This record gives sequence, C-alpha cells and structure tokens, in this order.
Amino acid sequence: MSSPPALDVRGLAFAYPDGRQALFGVDLRVEAGERVALLGPNGAGKTTLALHLNGILGGGAGTVDVAGMRVAKANLKEVRRRVGIVFQDPDDQLFMPTVARDVGFGPANLGQRGAELAASVHDALHTVGMAEHAGRAPHHLSFGQRRRVAVATVLSMRPDVLVLDEPSSNLDPAARRELADVITGLAVTTLMITHDLPYALQLCPRALVMDEGTIVADGPTRDLLADADLLAAHRLELPYGFDPLSVPPPPG
Amino acid sequence: MGAGHVHALYVHEPGRLHPLAPQAKLVGLVLFVLAVVATPREAFWAFGVLAVLVAGVALAGGLSLRRLAGRLVIEAPFLAFALFLPFVGHGPHATVAGLSLSTPGLWGAWNIVAKGTLGVAASVVVASTTPVTQLLHGLERLHLPRVVTAIAGFMVRYLDVTTGELQRLSIARQSRGHDPRWIWQARAVAASAGTLFIRSFERGERVHLAMVARGYDGTLPLLEDQRAPARDWLACLAVPATAALIACLAWTVLR
Repeated sequence: MSSPPALDVRGLAFAYPDGRQALFGVDLRVEAGERVALLGPNGAGKTTLALHLNGILGGGAGTVDVAGMRVAKANLKEVRRRVGIVFQDPDDQLFMPTVARDVGFGPANLGQRGAELAASVHDALHTVGMAEHAGRAPHHLSFGQRRRVAVATVLSMRPDVLVLDEPSSNLDPAARRELADVITGLAVTTLMITHDLPYALQLCPRALVMDEGTIVADGPTRDLLADADLLAAHRLELPYGFDPLSVPPPPG
Repeated sequence: MGAGHVHALYVHEPGRLHPLAPQAKLVGLVLFVLAVVATPREAFWAFGVLAVLVAGVALAGGLSLRRLAGRLVIEAPFLAFALFLPFVGHGPHATVAGLSLSTPGLWGAWNIVAKGTLGVAASVVVASTTPVTQLLHGLERLHLPRVVTAIAGFMVRYLDVTTGELQRLSIARQSRGHDPRWIWQARAVAASAGTLFIRSFERGERVHLAMVARGYDGTLPLLEDQRAPARDWLACLAVPATAALIACLAWTVLR
C-alpha cells in the first residue's frame, strides 16, 4: 500500500476522569476513500472513539494516526483539519448567526480569509445543496437542512476523514434520503457512527461492530447484518421485516 | 420543530432603510438619541418637530405609524415611573384638575416621556429595518470588543433553542396534569428552570467541543468585513444632524 491508511488506530484505551473506562484496546484501520459504518449499542464507546480521532480526548494508552500523521498535541491543528466530526445535534454544531459564517468558522480558524474563504464556504454549501440558504440563520432552517449544513461546516475544511455521529437520527424519510445522497456524493473517507442498520447497509460497504469498548466484528456490512447471532449478542436489531439480503448492495 | 423566528422585531417588507449599512444606522441612532437628550425640555415645539422627523424616517423605512405605536408599548413600565414623579416631587405645587402636583415633578415627567419615547421610537425603527445578524455585524465593524459581540451572537443563536426546550418542558408538564395556579405549586416550574439551566450548561460544553473540533483556539475569526458606502453614512447621519440643529435652535434663537 503506497498511501498511508486514512485512519490507523492501535491499542486505544481510555478511561474518563471519573474512572469509567470507555475504550478497552481498540484496533481499526480504514483505507483512504472507504466508507465504513461503526455500529454498536448505546454506551459502546463509539462517540468516545470518535473524539479520539481528532485529539479532543486522549491521554490513555494506544495511538491514532490520521493519513500518516500521529494525533499528538504538537499537530492538533492539522489533525483537526484532517478529521471533520459532525456531531449528533446540529444545534450544538451551528452556533453562528448565519449559515455562511458557520461554514466559514473552520476554514477561518485555519487562516483563510477573503475570496479563498468565500470559495470554501460556497463549495461546501453547494456540495450539500444548501448554497441558496447561505445568508439565513441556522434556527430558521428545518432539522434536515441543519444537519446538512452541519456536514458542510466540516467539509469546508477539506477533511481527509469525515466522521458522522448518528447522521440519520431525528430525520424524516425525505431528509434521510437527501442526506444519503449527499454522503454518497462525497469523495472523502467516511466513518459513520450509527445504530440505524438499514442506513449503514445503504451507505457503507464495510462495517465495524463495537461493544463494551472494543471492536468485536469487522466485515462487509451485508454479511454482518445477516448474522443474527452477532446482532443479538450486541444489542443490535434490524427493523421489523427488514432482510439485509433482500436489498441491493451499497454503491462504491 | 424549534425553527421559530427570533427576529420578531424585524419587518420583512423591504423599505428604503433596509439596505443601509448597519454600522451607519447604529451610529446615526446613538447620535440621534444624544441630540434628543440635549434638547431643552421647555422647547415643546422642538419635540414636535423631532417626532415628525422620526415618523418621517419610519414611513420612509416602510414602517406604518400604527406598527411603530404598537411597538412603543415596550416603554410602558418607564412611563409608569414617570407618571409617579408629579405626585412625589418637591418644590412648588400647581393644581391640575383638582390634584396638587409638583411643578418640577411635572417637568421631570414630561422630560422622561418625551425624550424616552423619541429614543425608543428611533430604536424601534432601526430594529425593524435591520436583521439581528446585521446589527451584530455593525457592532463588530464599530470595533466593539469581539467577546461582547460573540456573547450577543450566542444569545441570539440559542435563545430560540432554549425557549423551545422550555416550551417542551412546559407542555410535558401540562400533559401530565400540571396546572399551576398558586404560588406553592411553583415547585415544578422551578425544577424545570433548574433542568433548563443544567441542559443549557451541558449544551454550552457540547458547543465548545464542536468548536474545538473545528480548530477553535480561543479567538473568533472576523469573517465579513464590509465597509459602509459614503452614501449610507450620509443618509444615516442626516437624521441626527437635523436633530442636533433643532436642539441648537431650541437653545439659542427660538428659546
């Protein structure tokens, strides 16, 4: 392999300051351009793992490398450009008075100004189909629109890895499909944290199952979801009547 | 869906004042208020002319006088205080409609009512013709400390989210049969307020986390930086200039 993997996590362990241990030695490797789902029940450590990918959490055992760069205090700025995390609640992510300024927040922190910044903002908003809403206030948008703007706020930093935390939660079916169109249209390595199993199957050819702070399964999403014993052992459930083998495989 | 409109003051029908640069409008407003305050209270005619001036600007901004009058209600508590003055003031008293009223108190009340109303009316005109985001931008252009505009921006952004949460808490309470009518039933309301505080506090932490994840290092970058064209400054300063002229005339020639 000539280019380094987009994500290379080795032996990652972490306990919160209150003593609760969330990660017990996580190993995972995601190649550049892959779209991978990270599945697991609530409290499995999925979000904790995500917060290690851009160095917000750290200090435990193990290492994280992003496109060949070690996540460490000295290169946090570059790591945070490389890894874009879209948080679960868009109201946490969108804090500026207008959509355009929010999307510009990341690139401006990277030092972009003027025409360069405007171009970054426009490109990112155009990618998620929200360019015409640039001047609006985030709280005037629908929930689905806010979620797409939240994706744009990290796309504008031209990340190498996009991490989506529960992207489909609280979306109505149309907004869910629109977001899926956006995600499949992106040419960026994507790690999608979710317990929405059909959505994982629709978007990600590969999936990881996480439970109790470790990766317990890794393989094609279709195969994992067809393994009823695996799902049952880790509190994952398919929606009523859903057969993962009856739908076409994900694109890409 | 929490997508209500915070900008309740803003009038969406475009008027001639809407496109003017916000920083020019803000400076014009502050200078106008200063000119009004500097006008001698004995010059009744001057306040009449100033009122006509404000009304004219409001009409030019596409704001009906009825709407303007409706929004002036916000100063009612201050007016109530002013109406109190003639009854408690010292000095010589005059008898008006069978009531003995303090003359300095009457002057004081008139002073507050006239100047306050003009100032509030002018503020209403600016608020009705400038979106909140533009106002924040104008304050940034005027070099207000970034931390102050940032706090104001956060407030505007999260007011809607927080009131939405408050409403949901209240609806959930009512759905479980809570119908507070007496003060001793306020316990649940107080508990909701506490919950809301904790939630807002936690949200603040999550917002900060999301900011740090996008490379925030303690300073908010200034993103837009639009200069106000000279035309806007001219238009916005013409109003306080007129008011200042009236104040000068009231102090000198037409005293």
